Amino acid sequence: MDILRRIWRSPSGRIGLIATLLVVIGGLAAPLLATHMPNQIDVAARLSPPSATHWLGTDQLGRDLFSRGLYGTRVAVGVALAVTAIALVIGILLGVAAAYAPAPIERIILAVFDIISAYPTLILALALVAVLGPGLQNIIILVTIVFVPRFGRIARAQTLTIKEQPFLEAERALGASGGRIMLFHVLPNIVGPIVVLASMNIPVVITLEAGLSFLGVGIRPPLASWGSMLFDGFTYIGQSVWPVLVAGGMLTLATLGFTLFGEALRDAIDPKLRREP
Amino acid sequence: MNGFWSKGSLARYGASRLATAVLVLVGSIALLCSLTLIVPGDPARILLGARATPELVETFRQQMGLNLPLYERVFVFFKHALQGDLGTDVISGRSVTDMVLAALPNTILLAVSAIGLAVLLGIPIGCYAAVRPGSLLDQVLAVFSVSLVATPSYVVAILLLYFFSVRLGWFPVLGAGEPGHVLDQLHHLILPTIALAVGWIGYIARLVRSSLLEVLSEPYIRTARAYGQPERRVVMKYALKLACIPTVAILGVGIGELMGGAVFVEVIFNRPGLGSLVFDAIRVRNYPVVQGCILIIVAIFVLANLLVDFAYAWLDPRVREALGRTRSGGGV
Repeated sequence: MDILRRIWRSPSGRIGLIATLLVVIGGLAAPLLATHMPNQIDVAARLSPPSATHWLGTDQLGRDLFSRGLYGTRVAVGVALAVTAIALVIGILLGVAAAYAPAPIERIILAVFDIISAYPTLILALALVAVLGPGLQNIIILVTIVFVPRFGRIARAQTLTIKEQPFLEAERALGASGGRIMLFHVLPNIVGPIVVLASMNIPVVITLEAGLSFLGVGIRPPLASWGSMLFDGFTYIGQSVWPVLVAGGMLTLATLGFTLFGEALRDAIDPKLRREP
Repeated sequence: MNGFWSKGSLARYGASRLATAVLVLVGSIALLCSLTLIVPGDPARILLGARATPELVETFRQQMGLNLPLYERVFVFFKHALQGDLGTDVISGRSVTDMVLAALPNTILLAVSAIGLAVLLGIPIGCYAAVRPGSLLDQVLAVFSVSLVATPSYVVAILLLYFFSVRLGWFPVLGAGEPGHVLDQLHHLILPTIALAVGWIGYIARLVRSSLLEVLSEPYIRTARAYGQPERRVVMKYALKLACIPTVAILGVGIGELMGGAVFVEVIFNRPGLGSLVFDAIRVRNYPVVQGCILIIVAIFVLANLLVDFAYAWLDPRVREALGRTRSGGGV
């Protein structure tokens, strides 16, 4: 509660919280809020501007942009949460393991992190798409691979800083097993900064997923995703700009909201983490 | 100063960084190759389609080197790459080296002009905000910067294309301009550069603001002020140089991410370049081209990071000092 109050106090945190809530509620309540089925085709009304029946206009097949955009929220936020959660778990496990493992294993884990990080984010994602192929499930897998090292590195660094502290030494002296120490003592102490990093990661994942879908190698149609809506809109941009405005607008609202919210969360939880903007 | 540039420390530092860079390069290609092994489905068959004859598939497998074991594939690839041969495009039969060399200048031009624009606009914006922290201008600039960061480059690119090319007709819609025609090429470069730079303008502005604020509270700045130096001179001469160090540090990552962003911008503006080349190859799973492009992109990324590390060491007196000490063998 205190954290929420602190977030609310800063203007940017307030904007972030409201935008994030709008996006999350819009996604959750999509079936209730949507005025049309997301894939309902109405060729007679194709590429129409906003009207009483189609609040934000229609796309090239006459599908309602407002409804599709709402359903697109589910894909974007769902993928972002899934990826962040899985990458978080794998990253923490590998990071803590690396900090405790014998030097050769630690070096192997770090080398893998280095190799993955040697790729620019989008290029790695594209390379993995080339191998795995597109589709919802593969997008989640490959974007997770992209982000594991970020969490792994910070988990390792955090573990190293607390590894030699007296309370862990005491725990060891009392005969606690390595697994017990890692799970019950190391983990709770390193999780704070990592969760902050995870929340700041969400807009990055949203942008990446939408980007891949925009390039046609992400989420496959007819599933409504902002990226593929953007691509369709781009194809027909000479006839109507509304599809691009709707998809791009919702996408930007979500990334802006999550960015501001993540930063406010960071400042509220631990201002010391504020190393870069 | 002379400690850092003298042979010992620089050589040792450089050698260890170079070794890591080479390992990472080999590793990144090995990763790519091993992925093709793990994943079900024959890349040659996927490329050729279901109706291809087994003989044809076999020929393609051999051309793409898919029959060799992993370590041999990586070894052969690098052996040829060191001789300047990145392989052959299995579809058109062209040399991948030629394709990459033809595309590379366009992308480098785009990336460099985008970084240039981002630095030219980002640093002054950050300075203005930092000099008057908490003022209305600072708050407006903060919202402006974060909006720039949050808007994906491809959204910016499409909107720029729509308003300035389709609606207003001020800029050309497609391509990189006629070869050899400098003004025409510049004309084609403006919108893609802006689209690619937008996020980085915001990012650099925020970075410069926060590090300048930090530096301005340092004792040596107070000393400079106490000596009666005009504020402008304190900021420009003493504070800004140190405040720019984090900006230099992120430029390494920046170049890499720009190579990624270039994919979007090149695809949207239909510019020839490394980004659109690798994208087209990935879409049809043309592995030799993908491999060649990825090697070059990762190499540029690794090289950029290497250069930035050296620049960082040179700019920051503390790092310079530390490296100088290791050389002389003294140290605390």
